[in-house]
Amino acid sequence: MSGYVEGVIILVCINVIAVLGVSILTGFTRLFSFGNAGFMAIGAYASAILTTKYGAPFPVALVVGPIIAAIVALGLGKLTLKLKGDYFLITTLGFGESVRLLFLFAEPITGGARGLSGIPPKTTMFIAVGITMLAFLGAWNFLRSKYGRNLMAIREQEIAAEAVGINTAKFKEYSFMISAAYAGMAGALLAHYYMFISPIMFNLPKSAELTITVVIGGLGSLSGSVLATILLTVLPEIFRSAAEYRMLLYGLAVVIIIVLKPSGLMGYREFSLRPIFTLYERIFKKNNPTQTKGDGK
Amino acid sequence: MPILTITNLHKHFGGVKAINDFSITLEKGKIYGLIGPNGAGKTTIFNTITGIYEPTMGEIFLNGKSVIKKAPYEISNMGIARTFQNIRLFGNLSVLDNVIIACHADAKYGIFEAMTKFGRFKKNEEEIKEKCIKLLQIVGLEEMRDDTAGALPYGHQRKLEIARALATNPSLLLLDEPAAGMNEKESEELVRFIQNIHENFDLTILLIEHHMDFVMSLCDEIAVLNFGSTIAMGTPDEVKRNPAVIEAYLGGEDDA
Repeated sequence: MSGYVEGVIILVCINVIAVLGVSILTGFTRLFSFGNAGFMAIGAYASAILTTKYGAPFPVALVVGPIIAAIVALGLGKLTLKLKGDYFLITTLGFGESVRLLFLFAEPITGGARGLSGIPPKTTMFIAVGITMLAFLGAWNFLRSKYGRNLMAIREQEIAAEAVGINTAKFKEYSFMISAAYAGMAGALLAHYYMFISPIMFNLPKSAELTITVVIGGLGSLSGSVLATILLTVLPEIFRSAAEYRMLLYGLAVVIIIVLKPSGLMGYREFSLRPIFTLYERIFKKNNPTQTKGDGK
Repeated sequence: MPILTITNLHKHFGGVKAINDFSITLEKGKIYGLIGPNGAGKTTIFNTITGIYEPTMGEIFLNGKSVIKKAPYEISNMGIARTFQNIRLFGNLSVLDNVIIACHADAKYGIFEAMTKFGRFKKNEEEIKEKCIKLLQIVGLEEMRDDTAGALPYGHQRKLEIARALATNPSLLLLDEPAAGMNEKESEELVRFIQNIHENFDLTILLIEHHMDFVMSLCDEIAVLNFGSTIAMGTPDEVKRNPAVIEAYLGGEDDA
């Protein structure tokens, strides 16, 4: 049973890392991507091939996987980031599917549809949690530096961002590369947790799932993204019998959120304990009889 | 040496000649006004100077360097800052963040220093924050630095946009209708405000405006534009007496 809980925690961690990347790209730069599963695939295959076929140590694979994903993102971004909103999204969609098909057809290297097996089980809970915390901290600091601020300027008002001297094309590339590196890291951890990868694991629904998670958490809230990932990874585990309806529930959740609270669970705010303290003070320090009564119910 | 020289500038959109042979020379330290009826091409000139449009013909030099074919961000980094006719703030961010974003060139740290908060990061960030708070004090927005920029009253949004432009350390400031939507009293206050920042920041200013009193009391020299061409140029008094100007602009709309 504890092995099962451990497995769920590792899965949450892997999803959190991938979603953090999408959060930087979509939540903070307002670039929508439906191809981040493609970057996960690149990270997964690159690292798995390194450890299985070349006997590279796991840490090396964990570094090289994300780097290759980021390099591919740089090349793709140079071609497509000048496109406006919807057109960029369509190119990422095409990219994600191309990557999947490429890995499907490159059978001698990737094992094709039969997948790549025999990957050493190196992703422990300790490693997954540690890397997730580092990834979160890195993203958090990044967003609170000039880099993150420039991305938010692009999100808010691209013309004004250019007018204050921000090279918007370059910073969009940064955002895209970081999101790809995060996806690559998630892919590398995934490969070394499942010990088996196949192209179908990185299909369009996976990309959609990542973006949907960010939308539900709040476009512009890093902690909201984490919160949504935990909810969307753990809930299907609890309701195992309804697992087939997962994408249906995701779709419904998005519709409900867009209608009721378009800014997502957290909006632009970050999770902090302050509202809880103020609520606590309001309930217990004012000694208001009606409130204590309400609380007791 | 003049700070900005525009010679024989043309900008055509299909058959429309939005700018038709426009020339101007801005001397360092003066305040210039650009006036003319709606559709005369004033904002198009701003957009061409700042690199949003590429001119069909003509030359623009800032301190002797051509700005033609440069990207807007490069032109900004050369020392031209601007505000927009329809305010373009970073609406969901705080007042202070709006100004801090414009100081990105003062932040010298790299991406890994940013992610780990090591090295120059902390000191650099503190310096920038200090500079921006000082700037907000000068424009009188210090008290509302944590407010969301998009929620500010209209007049404050205009001031914040100017503060953001100043944060890029410009030598030339372009103001596109800074007094738009303001009443008599507010625009009088804005005259003093602009004179104040003009002295404080050692600026050359070029502004577009429709409020005649505003332009006449603030500008050293005025260029009058009609159908993309200059029809008059001179001090406020000279322009006021110019018959071509009275016919094209002031005469028809005297009561406006």
